[in-house]
Amino acid sequence: MTFTIPIDNGDAVKNAEADSQRTLYPYVTGTSIVAIKYKDGVLMASDMGGSYGSTLRYKNIERVKAIGKHSLLGASGEISDFQEILRYLDELVLNDNMWDDGNSFGPKEVHNYLTRVMYNRRNKFNPLWNTLVLGGVKNGESYLGMVSMIGVSFEDNHVATGFGNHLARPILRDEWRADLSFEEGVKLLEKCMRVLLYRDRSAINKLQIAKITEEGVTVSQPYSLKTFWEFQAFHNPTAGAQGSW
Amino acid sequence: MDLNLDAPHSMGTTIIGVTYNGGVVLGADSRTSTGMYVANRASDKITQLTDNVYVCRSGSAADSQVVSDYVRYFLHQHTIQLGQPATVKVSANLIRMLAYNNKNMLQTGLIVGGWDKYEGGKIYGIPLGGTVVEQPFAIGGSGSSYLYGFFDQAWKENMTKEEAEQLVVKAVSLAIARDGASGGVVRTVIINSEGVTRNFYPGDKLQLWHEELEPQNSLLDILNAAGPEPMAM
Repeated sequence: MTFTIPIDNGDAVKNAEADSQRTLYPYVTGTSIVAIKYKDGVLMASDMGGSYGSTLRYKNIERVKAIGKHSLLGASGEISDFQEILRYLDELVLNDNMWDDGNSFGPKEVHNYLTRVMYNRRNKFNPLWNTLVLGGVKNGESYLGMVSMIGVSFEDNHVATGFGNHLARPILRDEWRADLSFEEGVKLLEKCMRVLLYRDRSAINKLQIAKITEEGVTVSQPYSLKTFWEFQAFHNPTAGAQGSW
Repeated sequence: MDLNLDAPHSMGTTIIGVTYNGGVVLGADSRTSTGMYVANRASDKITQLTDNVYVCRSGSAADSQVVSDYVRYFLHQHTIQLGQPATVKVSANLIRMLAYNNKNMLQTGLIVGGWDKYEGGKIYGIPLGGTVVEQPFAIGGSGSSYLYGFFDQAWKENMTKEEAEQLVVKAVSLAIARDGASGGVVRTVIINSEGVTRNFYPGDKLQLWHEELEPQNSLLDILNAAGPEPMAM
């Protein structure tokens, strides 16, 4: 009588399946988000681009969305993961509404939920490839925070993701004040977005600025910024040095 | 998303060379990147080799600069020996020599264009590896991927100088709209029997393409101009 020794190929099969489910690298990505607290609430700016590698493939992607009545979520990184997060949040808000108890999720709660989601995915080596910015106002208190794809989470008066970390933060550190008016806040964000437009390869010239106050959320219409190219030095940069850049 | 400031300077680039009846038009964007950072937003990628021959550079900024420096040097000596302006063909061959014999080390694609009295306006494309191809028009750089269809449809023989330049500006502008590695201003150089003309088309003077919007000073201008509710009849 013979009996066959079972060869356990289960691991190989399981690993192959597990690998095929993991996000290894992003495909369609959004670039920086820049956000500030101001006098009446929070302002958040983003461009409307979805890059596919180095191709500027999609030019009408809204990367800032209202969540419930009190929050604004901006995302950079993989757009499909952002869309999945919006679905999770839809479900969260739906369940919250079903309680019908007069309470509704504020930005603190949403930020906490997102932190848990992002960190737990990171622990499973299957991250949502985004850096999220969560801003909002509830009961007169402004809130602004961010969560990265590895679950790093914090609050601040001004935040920026992606290239904004390097190019916008220094400007904000220098020029942000707690009592900025709406006009000053918009001008400050536009200053940051213009630098990003000049210096970030994945930026496009089409942006939206979203505002959240106690009254609610407004997302501006898409618009473009004027850019400046008339420095004398730009006209004939190699006149004195043929062959340089 | 990494800045990677140690990445080599690379001109992602869109470069174009086009012949017309009487000469050539060379065009390029002005973006030089280090990884994802735009190191120079107003570079000049159309480099002079002689009075009548210019070259459009793409790929590694360092490699293309050093190759064009050597060729400028050789052509200078050649012109003195010959006693008259060098031809476009000779210029292209010198580039080819360097590109081919150093093919393992160089990463640069070039488009040589100029005018000489023997053959008139000529364009030579010299891609990676050192092949030389004489063409009525040539496109190169990462942005050129987006222009093959465009040129298949829009290119015509015997264009006028104005038509040729407009075609080049339009093409570079279209490539800039879709290639993250191209951007900034459009520079053109027109070479014919009368001499050389350099032109400069800043980003805000170019035509708007699909899903691009008219530039504004600020959102505040739009909000203040809005007046009645946008949806009101």
